[in-house]
Amino acid sequence: MTSPLLELDDVVVEYPGKGRGKKPFRVLHGVSLAIEPGETLGLVGESGSGKTTLGRAVLGLAPVTGGEIRYEGRPISRLGKRERRALSKDIQVVFQDPFTSLNPAMTVMDILTEPLLVTGVARADAEARVQKLLDHVYLPQDAARRLPREFSGGQRQRIAIARALCRDPKLIVCDEPVSALDLTTQARVLDLFIEIQEATGVAYLFVTHDLSVVRHISHRVAVLYRGDIVETGDAAQVTESPEHAYTKRLLLAAPVPDPERQARRRAERLRQAAS
Amino acid sequence: MTAVEFPPAPKRDGLVRRALRDPLAVGCLVVLALLIVASLAAPLLTGYEPDHSVMADTLAPMSGSHPLGGDGVGRDVLSRLLYGGRTSLVGGTLAVLVAFAVGGPLGLISGFYRGWFDAVAGWIVNVIMAVPAIIVMLVVMAAVSQDLNVAMVVLGVIMAPMVFRLIRASVIAVREELYVDAARVSGLGDGRIMRRHVLPVVIAPSLIQATQVFAVAIGIQAGLAFLGLGKASQASWGAMLGDAFTNIYNAPALLVWPGAAMGLTILASSLLGNVVRDALGTAEPRVVRRRKRVERRAAAPVAEAPADRLLTVAGLRVGYPKPGGDKTVVDGVSLTVARGEVLGLVGESGSGKSQTAFSVLGLLPNEAEVTADRMVFDGKDLLGLDLAALNALRGRGIGYIPQEPMSNLDPCFRIGSQLVEPMRKHLGLSRAEARAKALELLARVGIPDPERVFRSYPHQISGGMAQRVLIAGAVSCDPRLLIADEPTTALDVTVQAEVLDLMRSLQQEREMGMILVTHDFGVVADICDRVAVMQKGRIVETAPARQIFAAPEHGYTRMLLDSTLEGGPARGDLRVPDKPLKEVTS
Amino acid sequence: MLVFLFRRIAAGAVLVVVVATATFLLLNLTGTDVARNVLGETASRSAVTAKSHELGLDQPLVERYWHWVEQAAQGNLGSSWFTGDSVNQSLMDTLPVTLSVVLTGLLIAAVLSVALGAAAALRGGWVDRAVQFAAVLGTAVPSFLIALVLVVTLAVQLGWLPATGYVALGTSATDWFRSIILPAVSLAVAATAATAMQVRGAMIDVLRADFVRTLRSRGLSTRSVVFKHALRNAAPPALTVIALQFIGLISGAVVVEKVFGLPGIGTLANSAAVRGDAPVLLGTVVVTVGIVVAVNLLLDIAYGWLNPKVRVS
Repeated sequence: MTSPLLELDDVVVEYPGKGRGKKPFRVLHGVSLAIEPGETLGLVGESGSGKTTLGRAVLGLAPVTGGEIRYEGRPISRLGKRERRALSKDIQVVFQDPFTSLNPAMTVMDILTEPLLVTGVARADAEARVQKLLDHVYLPQDAARRLPREFSGGQRQRIAIARALCRDPKLIVCDEPVSALDLTTQARVLDLFIEIQEATGVAYLFVTHDLSVVRHISHRVAVLYRGDIVETGDAAQVTESPEHAYTKRLLLAAPVPDPERQARRRAERLRQAAS
Repeated sequence: MTAVEFPPAPKRDGLVRRALRDPLAVGCLVVLALLIVASLAAPLLTGYEPDHSVMADTLAPMSGSHPLGGDGVGRDVLSRLLYGGRTSLVGGTLAVLVAFAVGGPLGLISGFYRGWFDAVAGWIVNVIMAVPAIIVMLVVMAAVSQDLNVAMVVLGVIMAPMVFRLIRASVIAVREELYVDAARVSGLGDGRIMRRHVLPVVIAPSLIQATQVFAVAIGIQAGLAFLGLGKASQASWGAMLGDAFTNIYNAPALLVWPGAAMGLTILASSLLGNVVRDALGTAEPRVVRRRKRVERRAAAPVAEAPADRLLTVAGLRVGYPKPGGDKTVVDGVSLTVARGEVLGLVGESGSGKSQTAFSVLGLLPNEAEVTADRMVFDGKDLLGLDLAALNALRGRGIGYIPQEPMSNLDPCFRIGSQLVEPMRKHLGLSRAEARAKALELLARVGIPDPERVFRSYPHQISGGMAQRVLIAGAVSCDPRLLIADEPTTALDVTVQAEVLDLMRSLQQEREMGMILVTHDFGVVADICDRVAVMQKGRIVETAPARQIFAAPEHGYTRMLLDSTLEGGPARGDLRVPDKPLKEVTS
Repeated sequence: MLVFLFRRIAAGAVLVVVVATATFLLLNLTGTDVARNVLGETASRSAVTAKSHELGLDQPLVERYWHWVEQAAQGNLGSSWFTGDSVNQSLMDTLPVTLSVVLTGLLIAAVLSVALGAAAALRGGWVDRAVQFAAVLGTAVPSFLIALVLVVTLAVQLGWLPATGYVALGTSATDWFRSIILPAVSLAVAATAATAMQVRGAMIDVLRADFVRTLRSRGLSTRSVVFKHALRNAAPPALTVIALQFIGLISGAVVVEKVFGLPGIGTLANSAAVRGDAPVLLGTVVVTVGIVVAVNLLLDIAYGWLNPKVRVS
């Protein structure tokens, strides 16, 4: 058995408290999990669970104060700036908000060539690659010379996905990438994620609050509650017959689009809450 | 999946081109250009030295040899005016250069790296800003040099904090943007991020700031010279004003030339900053005049409505005036709500569902143009109501539950007072009665410690609590209709379930009608009796909830329902690919 | 809140000390022969040496500095090199003049800026455009230029108000008001303009806030929504600007006092600067910075009182 692609071992993230002598604010209390190559690990949690922070810790954007994050067996949580930059070839990101994650003053071409040019790729090669990437995310060729504001939310998210794919990463951290989108767009963008994974073998750390989204896209699911992982398992099992009380509560709380089933689910939830 | 079609990309004009279209900008530039030309060409335009004084020319009138006459000690006014312009131009430029050379880089570093550097720089800036500028200049001119140019360099340092603050604030704002995080993850170093993402944002406000610093510097320089500071040989508008001031009773006209020159220069410079701001589109937002009432489009007869009818809306249209013609967001919507009925208004973003809900309450922004054929609430015609009549109805007849709990409570007032104020107005309760009723309501919406929450400020309670407080507020004056705009979208699912339970029980207990705006079919299934599906400003289908889910008629409804992921198959286990990974573009 | 106050007072004290020290060093490091300046070109060398000794200028700089700090800590700011007058006394004489003008200016600015800013934000249209245009002009034109125009028109030409001089409040309240109203108005213009724009911007933001819509949905009157809720929310940012403007008012007062011939602290500082009278200049610096610190402290308290996030927690 080879080592996992990404491994989190008892990771603690703390933000310094405001003012001197204040206790630091601990967001993650020792989280351990692993992602295999080509796998989607869904990370589910509510606000304040630390799910976004976990993603940011993997990206080097949040301070890891304890434990270790290993990428292909190599510790990466305390890298210098230069080494961290080198890692950007392998680990990429798609953020939640498609409106602030793209620089409004840059054209799509500039946004997409930027990660390539910084590594010394010639401009012509970079532009040729961008045209191919746009194809892959089903955006028209002339999208390249437009500004982000000319696109809808779903289209912007496609641009963000293209940016993440620029340098053939092995892992993409997806931080709620579809929660700002309309239902119909959401389904299409999720299918694009799956299609790309099947074509390239990229792994996803897929952060979301939505159990049905996580079920659709994940191979395995980890449930985060107040900075701790309370349950891990394969997607079907966690989203159908969860073991931990919190996951059960989460599942029963999500309303289903069917009045009769929802009435039963509601009754079940109230019964469990009462007991 | 087909590629999306776009209209051709709009032409984007450069900043300079846009600014030059404004006659005011051209005027400002002409004044500043005149200043530069006059300063450079001063020796050509006048034969007199600015500090050459001839006793006989004291307060000389305008003449061929002295076009603007002589001053209080017999110097040529025109010559002093021209050379004074030189002093102003040089002084203003010096101050701008120094202020940006000092404040610019420090602001960039402080904003970008924060930490101890920011703390130290911030402290120094506060020290500098706490001392009145002219007092510092007096000290410096007394201690170091009487040269006005030296003074302007020092003024540049004193004004550097303004530049520092502006640039630091812009950098911090950019730094918080996700696209900077994305650039970092893309492997961009700090230098490149600053060049590509931060600097472009900073340049425009800096330009505007520069015009202001220039104007202020010229003013302060003149003030110092007016006080009699500065070398006697340095002609300046301030010194001219000083001289004119001593002769204010016998030659008040002497004030006119330097005063006008200085006023014009300062105005041109600061108005130019304003024009740049306008051209950038960062101008202060325009304020639209107060709202008009909802207009009746046609004099439609009020048809007999069934006795249990609570709300009737017919032919509602909402449009926003745009440069290229009005943009219609609600296009002929008709709906009804019966007493005690929950109507779900479902649609994707931009479908006009919230706009429809707000128009019933008369809460659309001022610029909205709202018309309708009919809008009747509980037998009362809502069309053409004036503000007072509408206010009597809002809260009392129709309650409103907003989407975002935290931003919908006034942060400056205690929760209690926000609950009490409408009850005192609508129900005429005394302060004590209203307080008792508010506490009762807080307990009713499931708040464990009503007394404490009553005394709290909004920032002291959680989002779920805040939403309960807002629901308590919505029902406080016993309305017959509730309008809830995505009331659970901002909440966690577990909290959402509890809030929906609360809304359902309140609605049933008080037999209120309700319009629930949502995009979530799960929420619809949970609480709605009837559903209206909206697409692009129109209602495409209205039916009882069970029927919508069991047998949707319209294609759009079916498509929406088909996109729900709930109940779909799980993705399944990962099959480890045995073939090597291939490149996405190969 | 008490801790917060204590911190602000300590920070203010540090600020005064730092500025005083910097000013002292600047003024005493110039290397000019002070005693010679005081006595004039014709004085004998021995007289100059004696004067130098009398003023303590023959002492090393560090000792002179400590001596000054010791005295200042006891509330004695020394005496003028040139006239020998007590700096304390000079400040006591001039301070009421400057404070009258500056505080009246601040009051005018506060009232007018709220009225204009709120009117622009609420009325929109031409009112808004007029206020914005006037604000650009008002911020840019230096106060002494406005003062000159006012003197020439209202005082010299029309003779409605005195052109120069100061009447103490204790002597005659009416004459006091007549003597300070023009300088106060000239100073207030810039502060009004800057603050009005801030009030306008803050009001526009607040009026677009979600909670304002919710308050309207409860049927509250426009008066309550605008003047109770919106104005209250717009006040803190306006206060921040007013605090900055106050410093500008003092700056402006130095020049405006000359225009109106007011024997204020600016006139004192100006004549000290022209002569090179370090103790007097130092005294004015300490006092003005002290006033700025005090006013900022008051505004900080007001800010905290207006902003529950600062007050509670």
